Amino acid sequence: MITIKEYVAPESLEEAYEILMSGKTNLILGGFGFIKMGSRAVNKAIDLCNLSLDYITETEDEILIGAETSLRALEINDIIRNYCGGVISQGVSNIVGVQFRNMAKVGASVFSRYGFSDLLPSLLVLDAKVRLYKGGLMNLDDFLERDFEKDILVEVILPKKKGMAVYDCIRKSTGDFPIINGAIFKGENGQYRIAIGSRPQRAKLAIKAAKALENGDDIEAVVEIIPEELHFGTNIRGSKEYREDMSKALLSRMYGKVGV
Amino acid sequence: MNMTLTINNKKVTLDIKPDEVLLDTLRANGYLSVQRGCDTSSCGLCAIWVNDEVVLSCTYLTVRAANKNVTTLEGVQKEAKEFADFLADEGADQCGYCAPGFIMTVLAMAKELNNPSEEEIYHYLNGNLCRCTGYKGQIRAIKKYLEFKNN
Ligand SMILES: Cc1cc2nc3c(=O)[nH]c(=O)nc-3n(C[C@H](O)[C@H](O)[C@H](O)COP(=O)(O)OP(=O)(O)OC[C@H]3O[C@@H](n4cnc5c(N)ncnc54)[C@H](O)[C@@H]3O)c2cc1C
Ligand code: FES
Ligand code: FES
Repeated sequence: MITIKEYVAPESLEEAYEILMSGKTNLILGGFGFIKMGSRAVNKAIDLCNLSLDYITETEDEILIGAETSLRALEINDIIRNYCGGVISQGVSNIVGVQFRNMAKVGASVFSRYGFSDLLPSLLVLDAKVRLYKGGLMNLDDFLERDFEKDILVEVILPKKKGMAVYDCIRKSTGDFPIINGAIFKGENGQYRIAIGSRPQRAKLAIKAAKALENGDDIEAVVEIIPEELHFGTNIRGSKEYREDMSKALLSRMYGKVGV
Repeated sequence: MNMTLTINNKKVTLDIKPDEVLLDTLRANGYLSVQRGCDTSSCGLCAIWVNDEVVLSCTYLTVRAANKNVTTLEGVQKEAKEFADFLADEGADQCGYCAPGFIMTVLAMAKELNNPSEEEIYHYLNGNLCRCTGYKGQIRAIKKYLEFKNN
């Protein structure tokens, strides 16, 4: 069970960060979906609702997504749906149901770096960056390698890449957590990016496999690189060996869909 | 702590705890259509609307609904009955425990999606579990209801 002693809705990011750092059990509220599942005593729960972080906007060369944006907004927003084949919308549309996605937030989903995330593989292949209040701007793949450090994720930034991307996953039933998931990007300039998630660890880029595709290697040979390049493990949803095999099928499927 | 919100078009001031969720607040104040199922965002039984958006009341902190409009099944009785008649005609309601959350989600879908395909209907209702019916009757009822609404 989760208990909260005090609810605060600060008027600035600076204030939110100060409150976050002022007590060990203070935390930032996202949509409350994952926090609710846990068991802890929270002193101050910090709501970012007054900070105008619920937005999806674009500039000439970037798309900016505020931390308070809901997963449902990512699913139905026209900018996101029309960006690189709508890969981000495809991924998040698998998460629980519409009611849940109306509540769950982008900032929480990215900052938490869950291994099973259906958002991270798409963001990785699109070369997303994250802006943290204290940590500043950094590439998502660097952020995913880091240990947890208290901070506030302010926005996700997508470079406007030209190309097509596809998300896919294997799950026991719709709405369940994925057994394995991933995304592939194929650029107009022939560049490939491949990310595999739910290994069950955090999503990771498969750099060697992508290079092999760029070199024109056959997909049947390239899929064999994935279990060599990325580490897989066992959890309640699938064994290491199953995931290794399925990673090949997943890549082959995504490659077929992204346009050969 | 005191907060003011609107429930089914009625402005109310309530004394709540910071970790209270809307499911508990609403039931404690007599809105008994709101059901508890999984209590962990997985079944859709507790679905209500906040500012016309369908959400899960088991996971929505009450304090966050301050100055917002909360709608439960009691607040949309006319539309709910209209759709529930289609459910009954299709034999798509058995124990009925899932019905309030299901109906609130269907009514939200009817407002949000224009002429949805069967696939879109299934997708929208992914978050609503029903242990009794097997869903087929519910899909028939939704299609007939939407057809009726469009004519
Ligand atoms: C039943 C269930 C099934 C799920 N299934 C899936 C699934 O299949 N695929 C999938 O991808 N996800 C799934 N999820 C995870 C869901 O997407 C998460 O709830 C979500 O990613 C976290 O978002 P939230 O808004 O609920 O965060 P919260 O629960 O509010 O917060 C999660 C964590 O992030 C921190 N936080 C929140 N906002 C920020 C911020 N801006 N900066 C820094 N830290 C922050 C919080 O302090 C907390 O530690 C599931 C969740 C549930 C409850
Ligand atoms: S009780 Fe809220 S989703 Fe199950
Ligand atoms: S009718 Fe019994 S759970 Fe749906």
